[in-house]
Amino acid sequence: MATTKAELGDSIRERVRCALKQQPQPTVTVLSSLLAVQDAIHYLPDEAIEETAGFCKASVNEVWSVASFYTNFRFTPPGAHVIEVCWGPSCHLAGAQGVLAAVQQELNLFREGETDDRRATLRYNTCLGACALAPVISIDHHLKGRITAGDAKDLAGGLLVD
Amino acid sequence: MSTAFEELTNRAAGRWQELTDGAEPWIRVGGGVSGQAAGSDEIFTSVLESLDRFDVSARVSRVGSLGLMYLEPIVDVTLPGGSRVFYGNVTKDIANQIIERHAGGGSPVTSRAFAFEGEKTGGLEGVPRLEDLPEFRAQVRIATRNCGRIDPYDILQYAAHGGYSALEKALFRMTPEQALDEVKASGLRGRGGAAFPTGVKWSFLAPSKAPDKYVLCNCEEGDPGAFNDKGILESDPHTLIEGMILNGYATNSNYGYVFIRHGHDIPIEATRHAVGQAYEHGLLGKNILGSGFSFDLEVALTGDSYVAGEETALMEAIEGKRSLPRYKPPFPAAAGLWQKPSNINNVKTLAYVPQIVFNGGKWFKSIGTESSAGTAIVCLTGHIKRPGMYEVPMGMSIREVLEQVGGGVSPGKRIKVLQTGGPLGGVLGDESFDVKIDFDEMSKAGAILGSGGIIVGNETVDVVDLIRALVAFNQYESCGKCFPCRLGNTHMLETLDRLCKYEAKPADLKLMDRIGESMKLGSLCGHGQLGYNPVASALKYFEEEFRVRLRVTQPEGKSTNGSMILPTRTRP
Repeated sequence: MATTKAELGDSIRERVRCALKQQPQPTVTVLSSLLAVQDAIHYLPDEAIEETAGFCKASVNEVWSVASFYTNFRFTPPGAHVIEVCWGPSCHLAGAQGVLAAVQQELNLFREGETDDRRATLRYNTCLGACALAPVISIDHHLKGRITAGDAKDLAGGLLVD
Repeated sequence: MSTAFEELTNRAAGRWQELTDGAEPWIRVGGGVSGQAAGSDEIFTSVLESLDRFDVSARVSRVGSLGLMYLEPIVDVTLPGGSRVFYGNVTKDIANQIIERHAGGGSPVTSRAFAFEGEKTGGLEGVPRLEDLPEFRAQVRIATRNCGRIDPYDILQYAAHGGYSALEKALFRMTPEQALDEVKASGLRGRGGAAFPTGVKWSFLAPSKAPDKYVLCNCEEGDPGAFNDKGILESDPHTLIEGMILNGYATNSNYGYVFIRHGHDIPIEATRHAVGQAYEHGLLGKNILGSGFSFDLEVALTGDSYVAGEETALMEAIEGKRSLPRYKPPFPAAAGLWQKPSNINNVKTLAYVPQIVFNGGKWFKSIGTESSAGTAIVCLTGHIKRPGMYEVPMGMSIREVLEQVGGGVSPGKRIKVLQTGGPLGGVLGDESFDVKIDFDEMSKAGAILGSGGIIVGNETVDVVDLIRALVAFNQYESCGKCFPCRLGNTHMLETLDRLCKYEAKPADLKLMDRIGESMKLGSLCGHGQLGYNPVASALKYFEEEFRVRLRVTQPEGKSTNGSMILPTRTRP
């Protein structure tokens, strides 16, 4: 039996509620709630915005204003794998543009977002924090440093097949 | 001494004894953000596999970072009662050899070892002492003293190295005023960029009788090229926690927040775990060690926003809102987080405090220069032989740091440009490399020490292209509140883009100057006020490179079209 859209929405809602309730820190805010939801389901569907508003006793507008401000929030589900490429100055000097171009070519994706088959999500990052090992990329939140354009091409290609 | 603290130090001494002189070898694998990027997770797994394969029993710990990022992944072995031997750039094969021959067979693999520490025991011919390595000899490690030495997840290892002794001293043998006086006497200045005297800042908060006062620690650290805040948190989070409790005690405040950027999981997890452990040991919470002083601490996360590192924007983010800077006054000491009196300090600043309280302000003042006491924790990246995190005394020249500590650039190349103080800090040319690392000296030379990031560029660097990358960062990260910053950065980026594509007109340089002036005058926080710095400093040292772009059309044979791949975004 096919799942209806309403049922799918309900299960997302349930996961969002769970993430909201399970925040471990004493101070719970709109921002902390959105981060908790994004950590749990990797994006912020409309249900997350509504539930966060109810949970934090804020308006949907207020929640959207926060969600649209911080650049790590995403509003569509990510692909099966996420590749992030750093373009900060340390990585820039070490050849980040070449790495980024190689990843774009390999994924055939020339902006941030998902490949057509949704196997991979490409993101640009301003600093992944391992500048001494520039250029740095991250694959599924695991950092890899001292990357060449060739390495990046292979790693990105690997995401499309496995 | 409180009995609870005595029990902690006794257990800590026992733990250290057991680790360094117990029944089994102790293997430490470097971790942290840089370690992971170098492959240390995989090396940790292969160490465990090798132990299994060769049937060697040993204790294995993940430690933070020694600061020698260029040697990561680093693995070291301490045989019971023996010296600690370090191996760098470890591969799976090397890990295998280390386990089989050193941890299992008892003889160090000297051909692979880069240093040792402790008593020189047999079989270490030709291996230098850690403190004799050129990049170690120049260092004075105060805030980073434990980094790479102790397991950040074990409070006992911190306590075994004098951890929480400063807190015990302050709580039982000093009044809050005396603790504050030591910080004042130390001459400590804020390490986040503004270099404001820490003791003076604390003394704005201390007299307030408000029931709720907050002390905040800033580890937003979005500066590309700086990773020392994260480096301290992932390697030695208890140093920061002790510093924050002391900040609370000295200013009669009872609640603290450590503010970290979401996504930096390694320092976040280490800090959260350490806070939990401090609670378990009665070092946080009500009536700390039976002293009557209470202090609570939690970790708060921000989403990705560079401006969230600005002090008032950070408070907005902790309150769960968009991280837009507030108008000042009122200043944080009067109305900060939730409009309550607050103090905010950088991780590095607070990490010095336990040593200052324990050894006295005079001791700290004796290190460094007259106007800038103590050390600078610098992060060297870019075209340098030994990228890493190093703690050097204030007063060393930048050139000395680059050469003695960083090992200089690759042979046959010369250093052309330095980018210091984060993307708003601007660049330095050759004539400024002899300036001393000192807040005032650097500021006189037009440079910002900022959070300590020094990005090195050799002669192959195209300065205009580098400046475009910096301005692109600033444009992307403008919070959008003040239009001179939001639009000014966008226009400046467009102009630099034209320059890089050889499409600019001579009037464009003047245009950037006017935009920069407007940004300086019309922006609320440093992001806009300092936003013209990269271009202004580059024009000062490298004007000819800009002029060439105006005279020449695209040089023949250049493979690129001068474009840069960038996310384009303007915050509404």
